[in-house]
Amino acid sequence: MSQLQNFTKGLWRENPVLRILLGFCPTLAVTTSAIDALGMGAATTFVLLGSNTVISSIRKVVPGQMRIPVFIVVIATFVTVVDLVLQGYFPALSKSLGVFIPLIVVNCIILGRAEAFASKNGIGSSIIDGLGMGLGFTLALFVLGSVREVLGSGSIFGMPLFAADVPRVLIFILPPGAFMSLGCMLWLMNELDLRRKRRV
Amino acid sequence: MSEGSIFSLILGAILVNNVIFSRFLGICPYLGVSKRQDTALGMGLAVIFVMTLCGAITWPLQEYVLDPGALGPGIDLSYLRTIVFILVIASLVQLVEIVLKKTAPGLYQALGIYLPLITTNCAILGIAILSVQQKLTYVEDIVFSAASATGFALALILFAGVRERLAMRNVPRGLAGVPIGLITAGILAMAFMGFAGLGT
Repeated sequence: MSQLQNFTKGLWRENPVLRILLGFCPTLAVTTSAIDALGMGAATTFVLLGSNTVISSIRKVVPGQMRIPVFIVVIATFVTVVDLVLQGYFPALSKSLGVFIPLIVVNCIILGRAEAFASKNGIGSSIIDGLGMGLGFTLALFVLGSVREVLGSGSIFGMPLFAADVPRVLIFILPPGAFMSLGCMLWLMNELDLRRKRRV
Repeated sequence: MSEGSIFSLILGAILVNNVIFSRFLGICPYLGVSKRQDTALGMGLAVIFVMTLCGAITWPLQEYVLDPGALGPGIDLSYLRTIVFILVIASLVQLVEIVLKKTAPGLYQALGIYLPLITTNCAILGIAILSVQQKLTYVEDIVFSAASATGFALALILFAGVRERLAMRNVPRGLAGVPIGLITAGILAMAFMGFAGLGT
């Protein structure tokens, strides 16, 4: 597999949220607005890049049975870094993402990439894999966050799109809307996939 | 601490701020082990057991080790919370598994296969962090953990009942599986929104 394919697989063909169906908790919880979705995506991408780099570079010295606890400590370290940076420089974002920042530790995408890719491949390809998967996660979050913000609050990035008397569909920024819009998005992805297979 | 506020804490954690439908924690096991009602019951009981134990262990850790000044003046270890909590949870689950295997083989038979899955259940870490953030007392913390876990079990068992029926129905191919599951969860979440205003 070329490095370009290695990068793009995370964006579409093996998109962690839309195709592999991992990391649903942050996907549902922080997509009430496009800006929160981007913030969460960026934080997760940073952790994924860091953990993939470190895990790939120590993969030959970590004994087999000890690997999961070691991976978790590496991931938790990067999550703590992100948590402190956000608290220090982006207090508003840190507040709205809340408990989901420390919970990046248990995001299955990160441990999944560590186990399935970084522990078997070199540093270079692990960095590219981490970047691709992280951006794929960000993309899914951003699309869902934008849809929910436009329909639910009638704005994008906090800027109002419609006149004040146009009704908003409030349900989209409430919990039921999160489940339903993600369900519809996965449905759309499946339909596209089925159509592509039929053509082939 | 009056009895009334304990009661509203319990109601709030089970129904109003349900772990699944309002906090979005533990979505992976929620979608993963909800295909049959008996497995849903097993997973629900395992989560109640581990989450309560976890609340009982993480509270003293936070209070007497991690809080600023707990180990002596000038010592602030609160930034280590994410790392310490995830390691405690991972080892706790291992320990529970070993102890159950030796002392209660019947219970181990029933819960055993779900225990390893719980380490990566973000609801456990999420509730542990949320309850120390809320600065609850020790008793309140244990009650809150147990009630949140009960809410998780309730959501899981309800959803499994719906999914058992859905499995027999003729669902469009693109919608089958996770997408229809998410939309069903959205409708359930809407039902749970009716509890808003009860308890705290």
